Amino acid sequence: MQNIMREYKTVREIAGPLMLVDDVEGVTYGELADIKLDDGTIRRGRVLEVHGNKAMVQVFEGTRGLSPGDVRVKFLAKGMELGMSIDMLGRVFDGSGQPIDDGPPIIPEKYLNVNGNQINPYARDYPNEFIQTGISTIDLLNTLVRGQKLPLFSASGLPHSRIAAQIARQATVLKTGEKFAVVFAAMGITFEESEFFIADFKKTGAIERSVLFINLADDPPIERLALPRMALTTAEFLAFEKDMHVLVILTDITNYCEALREISAARKEVPGRRGYPGYLYTDLSTIYERAGRIKGKKGSITQIPVLTMPEDDKTHPIPDLTGYITEGQIIILRPLHTQGIYPPVDVLPSLSRLKDKGIGVGKTREDHADVMNQLYSAYAHGKNARELAVVLGESALTDEDILFVKFSDAFEDKFIRQGEYENRTIEESLHIGWQLLGMLPTRLLKRIRNEFIEKYYPQSSN
Amino acid sequence: MMDGTSGQVIKVSGPLVVAKGLAGARMYEMVRVGDLGLFGEIIEIRGGEYSIQTYEETEGIGPGQPVVRTGEPLSVELGPGLIRSIYDGIQRPLDALARDFGEYIVRGARRPALDRTRQWDFIPSVHVGDLVTGGDILGTVQETAIIVHKIMMPPGRSGIVKRISPVTGDVDTEVAVIEEKGSLLSVTMVQRWPVRDPRPVKRKMPPVQTMVTGQRIIDMFFPIVKGGTACVPGPFGSGKTVVQHQLAKWADAQIVVYVGCGERGNEMTDVLMEFPHLKDPATGEPLMERTVLLANTSNMPVAAREASVFTGIAIAEYFRDMGYSVALMADSTSRWAEAMREISGRLEEMPGEEGYPAYLGSRIAGFYERAGSVVCIGANDRRGAVSIIGAVSPPGGDLSEPVVQTTLRVVKVYWGLDDKLAFARHFPAVNWLSSYSLYQDTVDEDADKTVDTMWSVNRKRAMSILQKEAELDELVRLVGVDSLTTEDRLLMQAARMIREDFLHQNAFDDRDTYTSPRKQFLMLNLILRYYDEIRTGLSDGATLEALLNLNVIEEIVQAKLIPEDQLEQFDAIERDITNSIRALVW
Repeated sequence: MQNIMREYKTVREIAGPLMLVDDVEGVTYGELADIKLDDGTIRRGRVLEVHGNKAMVQVFEGTRGLSPGDVRVKFLAKGMELGMSIDMLGRVFDGSGQPIDDGPPIIPEKYLNVNGNQINPYARDYPNEFIQTGISTIDLLNTLVRGQKLPLFSASGLPHSRIAAQIARQATVLKTGEKFAVVFAAMGITFEESEFFIADFKKTGAIERSVLFINLADDPPIERLALPRMALTTAEFLAFEKDMHVLVILTDITNYCEALREISAARKEVPGRRGYPGYLYTDLSTIYERAGRIKGKKGSITQIPVLTMPEDDKTHPIPDLTGYITEGQIIILRPLHTQGIYPPVDVLPSLSRLKDKGIGVGKTREDHADVMNQLYSAYAHGKNARELAVVLGESALTDEDILFVKFSDAFEDKFIRQGEYENRTIEESLHIGWQLLGMLPTRLLKRIRNEFIEKYYPQSSN
Repeated sequence: MMDGTSGQVIKVSGPLVVAKGLAGARMYEMVRVGDLGLFGEIIEIRGGEYSIQTYEETEGIGPGQPVVRTGEPLSVELGPGLIRSIYDGIQRPLDALARDFGEYIVRGARRPALDRTRQWDFIPSVHVGDLVTGGDILGTVQETAIIVHKIMMPPGRSGIVKRISPVTGDVDTEVAVIEEKGSLLSVTMVQRWPVRDPRPVKRKMPPVQTMVTGQRIIDMFFPIVKGGTACVPGPFGSGKTVVQHQLAKWADAQIVVYVGCGERGNEMTDVLMEFPHLKDPATGEPLMERTVLLANTSNMPVAAREASVFTGIAIAEYFRDMGYSVALMADSTSRWAEAMREISGRLEEMPGEEGYPAYLGSRIAGFYERAGSVVCIGANDRRGAVSIIGAVSPPGGDLSEPVVQTTLRVVKVYWGLDDKLAFARHFPAVNWLSSYSLYQDTVDEDADKTVDTMWSVNRKRAMSILQKEAELDELVRLVGVDSLTTEDRLLMQAARMIREDFLHQNAFDDRDTYTSPRKQFLMLNLILRYYDEIRTGLSDGATLEALLNLNVIEEIVQAKLIPEDQLEQFDAIERDITNSIRALVW
């Protein structure tokens, strides 16, 4: 079947990013195609549907300038593959996997299908190794562990890029001598944002251990669909074949989803919520679920996807479905940002689902879980009381409430707020936490075991 | 087993493949698709074209490739070896696949669901010459330390036992020969059952037996019974999965079938790593000794996700037929519904609400109706039960969406999870004002007899305190805490203690994760006792300030950590309460 000449000049329809090729033979679902233009340029495409002798091809670089009569389509009898090499570290690629940093071409050790395979749940190893990001709101309250996928939910105008860069810069495990790499996948971000990351990576030397895939806002949107898969394939190669601990930053998932919607609309599929296709959940999961650890392998893949919530709305399908797949979320909040607090992490709705397995004796410190729960509940209490005070005035508050309001103000100022280059150890974060809890009498610290109160409660206060 | 009739692929669109030339194929028959032999199921037949949902990725499949009939609907293999297994949505053993094919799931990979290398000792329980009918127990196999696997006559078959004797062998070993209407039927330890058909029962009974879960808010306020149905809806981060895990760990069912349907891979790993180390409070054996796991994670093919809940319920029914009480957790049924929506969309069916197929309601109802307390087929009228606890993940936490609404029409218990509670780290984040259980009266009656005569009285009182608190909260929000009477302030204190010191339960604390009904009663009783005493104290002249800051409160807070074998400590705390109030008044 593969021997027949598989080049066709029978394009019948072009609509949006899609092309319908007629009279084809032996074409399979998911197959790659070269689309040759009159002027000799070649674009890439992928088969989205085959029906009898008709194939629907999605054109990655877009269909602008294509004319049915002038295009030749050659089917390549293979899925989308990317050449892998350890030399990809320190390099920058575009959305079709070509180097764009003027460096030499990559000589691949092997080719891997970018769609990957699903990790057998039985072969997974549970993520339980603490990663110190140096950011208190993450380390102490929403602990990141190796193999986790923990997204940043942000919105336009908020400093998610700076936070992501800070994590990439500072992330370490409390062990030494391990190989660490960053894979950075930029989908539809602006030139400025992209430059910010590249410059930051260069400045700190992080670029040496990074692989960057960049699709800018004016690059073809369709490339955004393949880009995260290339990045993750690279990450899998580095993690599971080269024993590295890989941190993957995916930004911005919202742009990815919009590209997916564009394809879906062009195919006239029945839309789900807000016009996004019904399979958005499944599609996103094939990206996010590529994080993890595998039994018997040294490396790991940790994902930090970044997404901007349209209208700061957490119930929008993109953050909503993401939250259902990822293991928690870090929410970046506008009011804190306006108050000038960096990083403006909205602590209460943020969550790391895997924190419980990554903290405590031998990982962080024995009192970590209790301090975390206490800070949460005290801050929640203080915030509630503060809202009440806004409506009724401070006089409506009990003495206890006033104490909690003071606590939560100090919490935002001392604990949440930290410098962009301030790299706090977990001990330091715990220390700040205890200093703040010292504002409250021990009677109110219901979530902390007595033995820890005796050991850590600041004696000098009150 | 292959029927062998072979057709041809004519269309591929994602997980949907259309084929022709499969004359005689039936709806829901299994086929093998393409050169790789991918698993698929016929879901639509139209003018000689057969629409097939494939259970594996279809990349590389194209027109002209073969499609082969198997002649059998999607079926599960039932027999010794199910317990402690981990399967995907179509009962492929993930441990065997990992062993033989590596850490990634390879397409077209097949391994028998029941391990053929394991040996079992069969002990007959009928004799040559006995008449046996479908469901009758022919003999037993000790499957795990706590589970005796009963080898049953397949449903719908009957005859005279011709040969039967103790035998050791794998599941395919012949254990008995039955003469059925003149022909001989060889019975092995394994039977197959089409997953979409409920297994027959003699009759269904109203479920009445309490299922203790060790979770205070559930057992005390929103209880479930063996054979009952419950749903746990909640936005992400509200703790659905933790609730499901807690029930899988601590519910007093004899068998647990846990279906991870379209959820996270790491969560399944968590279960796999944790269950072998956790001890069942009833038997002291590892929880894994009574558990069957199905893991079809979100990135695994969507059609297999659709099948996974049926695979799970068929396995659950099989154990029910042996006379066991089985609990099935499905996390999450929303992902199952979405799988239906996705397949329906590819079939270009006319969509119902929010793009879900119009048959969503009937499928959900059909699934939950397979729960129940039953008299099993076969002799001796043994009783079995299947309880279903389904998590629902409504988009944006919006409970008006179709999956929640259709589910609520069929389930009897509703544990509504609330993200506001979750943000305040109040877990389990079950909202006590909106949740309900229609089994409450049944359970009250039972608990009043078996736990304490005051059980239902206390429960009702505690609930009315919580409801009153909600009303007072509104008032406080409008006009401030000063507007409350001292009486109300005391009630607010009692309510807060019920919330923080009774309802709040830490799943990750060894001492708090499971609470026996007796201890639950004592804990709540302690808080109510304190409330009574401070009210008396107030009328006897003690100040509000003093009553709200008694040192004994600390003892009540810590009561949740009292070990199950030292419940007499509660008496001491009660005495301390009385004494400290008396000290104030004097």
